[in-house]
Amino acid sequence: MKKIIANKEIEVNEEGYLVDFKQWDREICECIAGECNVVMTEKHWEVIEYLQDKHLKEEPLSIRGIKKSGVINIKEFYALFPGGPLKKSTLIAGIPKPKSCI
Amino acid sequence: MKNLIILGAGTAGTMMANHLVGKLPKKEWKITIVDQYKTHYYQPGFLFLPFDTYTENKVKKEGKKFIPKTVNYIQKKIDKILPESNKVKLEDETLDYDILIVATGSKIAPAETEGLLGPLWRKDIFDFYTYEGALALRNKLRNWQGGKLVVHITEMPIKCPVAPLEFAFLADSYFKKKGMRDKVEITYVTPLDGAFTKPTCTKALNYLLEEKQIKIQTDFAIMEVDNEKRAIVDYVDREIPFDLLVTVPTNMGDEVIERSGLGDDLNFIPTHKHTLQSKAHDNIFVIGDATNVPASKAGSVAHFQAETLTDNILLYTQGYKLKQEFDGHANCFIETGDNKALLIDFNYDQEPVHGTFPFAKIGPLKLLKESVFNHWGKLAFRWIYWNMLLKGISIPFVGRNMSFKGKIFDIKQN
Repeated sequence: MKKIIANKEIEVNEEGYLVDFKQWDREICECIAGECNVVMTEKHWEVIEYLQDKHLKEEPLSIRGIKKSGVINIKEFYALFPGGPLKKSTLIAGIPKPKSCI
Repeated sequence: MKNLIILGAGTAGTMMANHLVGKLPKKEWKITIVDQYKTHYYQPGFLFLPFDTYTENKVKKEGKKFIPKTVNYIQKKIDKILPESNKVKLEDETLDYDILIVATGSKIAPAETEGLLGPLWRKDIFDFYTYEGALALRNKLRNWQGGKLVVHITEMPIKCPVAPLEFAFLADSYFKKKGMRDKVEITYVTPLDGAFTKPTCTKALNYLLEEKQIKIQTDFAIMEVDNEKRAIVDYVDREIPFDLLVTVPTNMGDEVIERSGLGDDLNFIPTHKHTLQSKAHDNIFVIGDATNVPASKAGSVAHFQAETLTDNILLYTQGYKLKQEFDGHANCFIETGDNKALLIDFNYDQEPVHGTFPFAKIGPLKLLKESVFNHWGKLAFRWIYWNMLLKGISIPFVGRNMSFKGKIFDIKQN
């Protein structure tokens, strides 16, 4: 389905995740973050870039991976994206959320 | 004479030995398979051991029975792979290879979670991903008087991602049958954002949790097990108390992968997802749970991969380009309790949907819907595993790539 984000028509799935990462840009990112009540800081951007890098390399995202990343510790990760850090940060980063097989 | 070595005689390694023995020219190629263990376990059966549905002899056989006689079978520990010199170091000898197939699987790594191996391990905390764990849990459940049962996933990826959910469903049935369901509170704890994480599955299946009165806690990233408080604790100090914790610990690839410097953070080997060639070395191929490809870690996946990998090994030996063929195809029965099961059939791109399988309209199996027939399918699968799958015999009407025949796209999106 289509959604207008930052005055651009973006293809998203029914949970609001971007379907095509190529459509992602920083303006869209700020808008989605706003909808999640997240105000982007330097540290947020660093995490978003780390996640996008993992996504492009087709490496799975996990809390353990975040812990080992050197970018952030898990407590900070929860503080930056309260509620569900992985599901919120991936939504903002324009990449698919971590999934199981059903 | 050239050497092809398979590391690991589990599901994937055994299938590759059976596939290749009839296809690689015997005068040119010597096939060797290495595995330190004598017993081959039917791992899907571990789900049924705790509930006394299967006995021990249903889930294990001597591995040797399934390795072709003309294959050189070495039962020794693997010390290290030396990819630069095309050698594998075993405990007391070194083998040379021209082609290496790594099928060393994945296993639980409970030491990765603080407190998990504390005083309550195998007393009130159990796994069911090992033979020993499943049996210890069975003995515990036989006399358990009830209380808070917490079924928990540490983190993804895990072998058979639906097994913990099946465990929760089967536990509900088991306690109902014992007449003690009212004494047990079942809570399902996941690091993901739901028990079902794909939108169509969530729509089709969310009723199951309510129907079975299974509570759910999502987005739970475990920090430690507090043995004194008998609770699991996450990074925002959320505590979930338990009387009995059934956990799926972190899953990791074998230590030999780490020792050889071939793996990622979790010792899984970076692998091309459509060819199954390792990304770092052209003459190393990877199959089954040992890869890092974004497919489920499941026997059916290894089975479909084995057909593609066999073709690709033959192409490689003849100097041809590899087929970009493997599509992430998985086909899994999911027990939902009360003698019913679901069936899902999906791949890298297509999530599970409704329909019939393997034949359009006819079935006889139903996709993503509970049925008694699916449950029989799951039980019959044990026979298929021992008698067909391991021997590399294709399952009739089920192709290596996912088919859209019989699939119905009737689950409406918002």
